[in-house]
Amino acid sequence: MTNPKNAVPPLSLTAELTHRCPLHCPYCSNPLELLGRDSELDTAAWRDILTQAHEIGVLQIHFSGGEPLGRRDLAELIEHTAGLGAYANLVTSGLGLTESRLQSLVDAGLNHVQLSVQAADAATADRIAGTRAHHHKLIAADLIRRTGLPLSVNVVLHRENHDQLAAIIAFAEELGADRLELANTQYYGWALQNRSQLMPTAEQLAAAEPIVQDALLRLKGKMQIVYVIADYPEKYPKPCTYGWGARQITVAPDGTVLPCPAASAIRTLQLENVRERSLAEIWYESSSFNAYRGDDWMSDTCRTCDRRELDFGGCRCQAFLLTGDAAATDPVCHKSPDRGVVDLILAEPRRTGFVMRSPSR
Amino acid sequence: MTPRIRRGVRLSHDAVRNTPVILHPEGVLIPNATASAVLALCDGERSLTEITDLLNARYADVRPEQIRDLLDRLADKQVVEWT
Repeated sequence: MTNPKNAVPPLSLTAELTHRCPLHCPYCSNPLELLGRDSELDTAAWRDILTQAHEIGVLQIHFSGGEPLGRRDLAELIEHTAGLGAYANLVTSGLGLTESRLQSLVDAGLNHVQLSVQAADAATADRIAGTRAHHHKLIAADLIRRTGLPLSVNVVLHRENHDQLAAIIAFAEELGADRLELANTQYYGWALQNRSQLMPTAEQLAAAEPIVQDALLRLKGKMQIVYVIADYPEKYPKPCTYGWGARQITVAPDGTVLPCPAASAIRTLQLENVRERSLAEIWYESSSFNAYRGDDWMSDTCRTCDRRELDFGGCRCQAFLLTGDAAATDPVCHKSPDRGVVDLILAEPRRTGFVMRSPSR
Repeated sequence: MTPRIRRGVRLSHDAVRNTPVILHPEGVLIPNATASAVLALCDGERSLTEITDLLNARYADVRPEQIRDLLDRLADKQVVEWT
């Protein structure tokens, strides 16, 4: 095997076991063309992926989706992960999590649960989820805490729930979260489709800052808070994770291997499938993983910039989605010749009325 | 003061990189030799003083402040907590 870009071994793999999900959140990061059950990999294929991943250095598996609880073989896959000595993390809506189901996952070797929460109150949360989801969160959090597993609560922030940020933090405390991730919506997949409806106002973002700062101080040592900022209003872009093809692999439900969960948006990328090629070959040799490694691909704007080692030119998926060129400087950057695109979006009048996530027909 | 490995944190050895690793909810940390030696002694029972004494039996000139600093940094990274 060759390693033309001197890539280092990957650390984590996100296993998108399924796109099926009982929720219809309008900011879902899954692609607009959701895969159905009939295109999903079977248990043996997933076991093989986990083994291959571990052999090339992956130490952490994030079981995600869709809703991973929708897969009957979840416990078996967690058991396989634990048997390899890797860390198993479950990213779930909590719907379908019964006491016996959770116990089977804990017995299999589950290490950590990330539970999504849509809002602080049932009416708002259920409207965002497009189904009665909120009361399940209380039950799920209680079950998780009783197993002794650490619990993270994940909340996606947008215009419809930003004003209840303080109440959301209080709700996470009530749920007994060890860690709370408050992530402003990033615009990919369904979130991009609903960008105008989701985008918070400048006033909301300004009001959030002191609330987050207060909570960070007040809850230090008790509940860790991670606040992911909205990138559009910023002067510099968010980094492309730890760099393209540097640490992470995502495997979609049908076996497509992605350098990042949003990468299917980049239509110019020749994505490969683990049904056809080994994970090691895809990681080290594929054109998709090598496309944006290093800095040869960068525009002059990025290649001559001191921040290129910090943000890697920003998000490749966002560059493609907003400029049509995945190698362009992320247009959030004030040095980007395309920054005007982002400023126009920020200045647009905001629409209302979500396009809810639903299977393609 | 007694340091304890936090819930959801696992110490392991990675054969691919041939290094000790710290697996935790947010990711993977690769500890240096000192951090590995200290973490291996954090059983939730031994106090900072006892850990320092054990290290002093093996290495020269280990000061409690050094160990305290290291554990504080690991606490900031949510790897250990003080009880």
